[in-house]
Amino acid sequence: MSQVRFISGDEAFALGVSLARVQVISAYPITPQTIVVERLADMVEEGELDSKFVHVESEHSAMMTAMGVSAMGARAFTATSSQGLLYMAECLGYVSGGRFPIVMMNANRATALPWSIYGDHRDSLSQLDCGWIQIYVEDAQEALDMAIQGYALAESENIRLPVMVNLDGFVLTHTYEKVNIPDRETIDAFLPKRNTWDKLDLDNPVSMAFTVGPELNEEFNLLHHKASINALGELARIDKEYAKITGRSYGNAVKGYRTEDAEYVLISLGSISGLVRDAVDRLRKEGIKAGAIKIRMMRPFPKDEIAALTKNVLAIGVIDKDISFGYEGTVYTNVNSALLQKKIYIPSYNFIGGIGGRDVSVDNIESCFKEMINADTKETVRFMGLEVIDDC
Amino acid sequence: MIAERVTAQNISDNEFFYGHKACGGCGGSLAVRMALKVLGERTLLTLPAGCMSAVSFNYPQMSYANNAIISAFAGTGAVMSGLKAGAEAMGLKDYHVLGIAGDGGTADIGLQALSGLIDRNDDAIYICYDNEAYMNTGIQKSGLTPYGSTTTTTPAGSKGKGNIKQKKNLFEIVAAHGIPYAATASVGYIEDFATKVKRASQIKGTSFIHVLAPCPTGWGIDTSETIEVAKEVVDTGLWYLAEFYDGEYHLNRHPKVFSDVTHYIRRQGRFQHLKDEDIDIIIRSRDKTWKRIEGFKE
Repeated sequence: MSQVRFISGDEAFALGVSLARVQVISAYPITPQTIVVERLADMVEEGELDSKFVHVESEHSAMMTAMGVSAMGARAFTATSSQGLLYMAECLGYVSGGRFPIVMMNANRATALPWSIYGDHRDSLSQLDCGWIQIYVEDAQEALDMAIQGYALAESENIRLPVMVNLDGFVLTHTYEKVNIPDRETIDAFLPKRNTWDKLDLDNPVSMAFTVGPELNEEFNLLHHKASINALGELARIDKEYAKITGRSYGNAVKGYRTEDAEYVLISLGSISGLVRDAVDRLRKEGIKAGAIKIRMMRPFPKDEIAALTKNVLAIGVIDKDISFGYEGTVYTNVNSALLQKKIYIPSYNFIGGIGGRDVSVDNIESCFKEMINADTKETVRFMGLEVIDDC
Repeated sequence: MIAERVTAQNISDNEFFYGHKACGGCGGSLAVRMALKVLGERTLLTLPAGCMSAVSFNYPQMSYANNAIISAFAGTGAVMSGLKAGAEAMGLKDYHVLGIAGDGGTADIGLQALSGLIDRNDDAIYICYDNEAYMNTGIQKSGLTPYGSTTTTTPAGSKGKGNIKQKKNLFEIVAAHGIPYAATASVGYIEDFATKVKRASQIKGTSFIHVLAPCPTGWGIDTSETIEVAKEVVDTGLWYLAEFYDGEYHLNRHPKVFSDVTHYIRRQGRFQHLKDEDIDIIIRSRDKTWKRIEGFKE
């Protein structure tokens, strides 16, 4: 029987990892990731989880240990945040290029400097090109469910890539919510033990993680690219399977809200998406045809799905908890490229907000819609909710 | 210490490292070859960036008959822990986890992960083949480059003497962790090295072997001189053969009279610029080391 508990996003993720019967956990502490690994350490200690906890001395080693585990054919987990993600950055490409299906939780947190422990998306978005599948969740329930689905996705035979599941730091990692926890038998049936041919095998020795010269290197990258794209369809398939056993469905890589007849659509990632839907409801009461799109997956990027939801709108806006200094938010760049490729020529705006944990209110989001409606195109990239006057 | 001596008579005829493209006279590849002959096919090997991975993992031509995987440069110790934990999780029995890295990969960029490995005391063997510079990238100074050696980043010129730093004392850095077994070796005394690999394989917990392995290209010696030079560095006392176990140091070889340091220095291209007074500095440093290790058990 499933049970309902009142827990934080980190705790929900830890329970998801436990239900996925992860065999080895290697992790190094960093706020606001710590609770997920503390709970897992408790579960291992109390015998609830038959897993080995490896105490590594850095995030770089956390990822390298996970790679070693995964190379043996076992299921590996690690978690990090912010500076930790950047510190392990070179290992991310080893793990994705080597096609090791590790799942990692990243607690989204600002990157220094200025130093901050609070949330934004600059850490994970800086690693979009590292070859991992990137998922952003909206609440603690989705965190638990995507910990489990993450392994199903990562280990799919036509994908075999690592998955990074992103939770907004503090807003999701440390906020308590009611979470439905599936029972072990249900998840065991959904996610059997990892069984792979792609491993170091004492009876059939192989070399892994090798060098490839210019004559074939591009082909390996093409295979990696195609495997990543497969995750779009596979996510939708897994979601349907998961819905059958748990009753919960999150749809595919994007989720639209009141987009059917929408004229103005705001696009977001993660925990802020609920607030965007609230703003949509408020504006609808005023007779404004507002809509929202939540992007659940940044890699592979769901360009067709976004285009399908925006082809009849008058303008779109993208909220970025991120800024690629000197240009614009990274989600905005990706969305604009998708629209151009699909020949959707509409005004688009970028609203930078929530940087370094700055609170974003529903009023802030309403004003994003208003700015789109007013068609003020002087500046397409704007910071929202500034506490100072931008006169520089 | 138990473990029968590994000798030319009892070592395996099987080869596990061949078809690679290491240079003629490469000391490092000899160390790898011998270590694998001792440990056998059921060895899970990881190597970071460095000569021994660069010469052996070029798709589709792989040079290891056992399982092998490349690690990020700084990650050897961590991948070893992962291989061990993964092998345990898969219920495997009767195998060795082995990490092989160069001097830079061990004493510089890989030191943190090595320290973590020893701290966790995972059952694995770490071998550092020390050719005394970053040879794979073109002979740059590492933390284990000896005093006086010219490298491409410590070039000897009108002002410079080459590298002016002494080698890091890696053996004692490792021992200071309280590791179950650590040893120094030289490919010049190959049976001693092979025996130490055997001993390491019988230890429960982490073991570490620091093996000096000349590089003809980087040292400026003939490819036929590797073994001779690797013996001479021990006979001159510039390198010593020792072990650390049960919390104590043991000296394996104590030359009654050291052979001529000047001869060892003058035969190598990397030391050609040194003056007699520089050689005196090297000798004084050697004597200081031997005074310090006097307390080692014989």
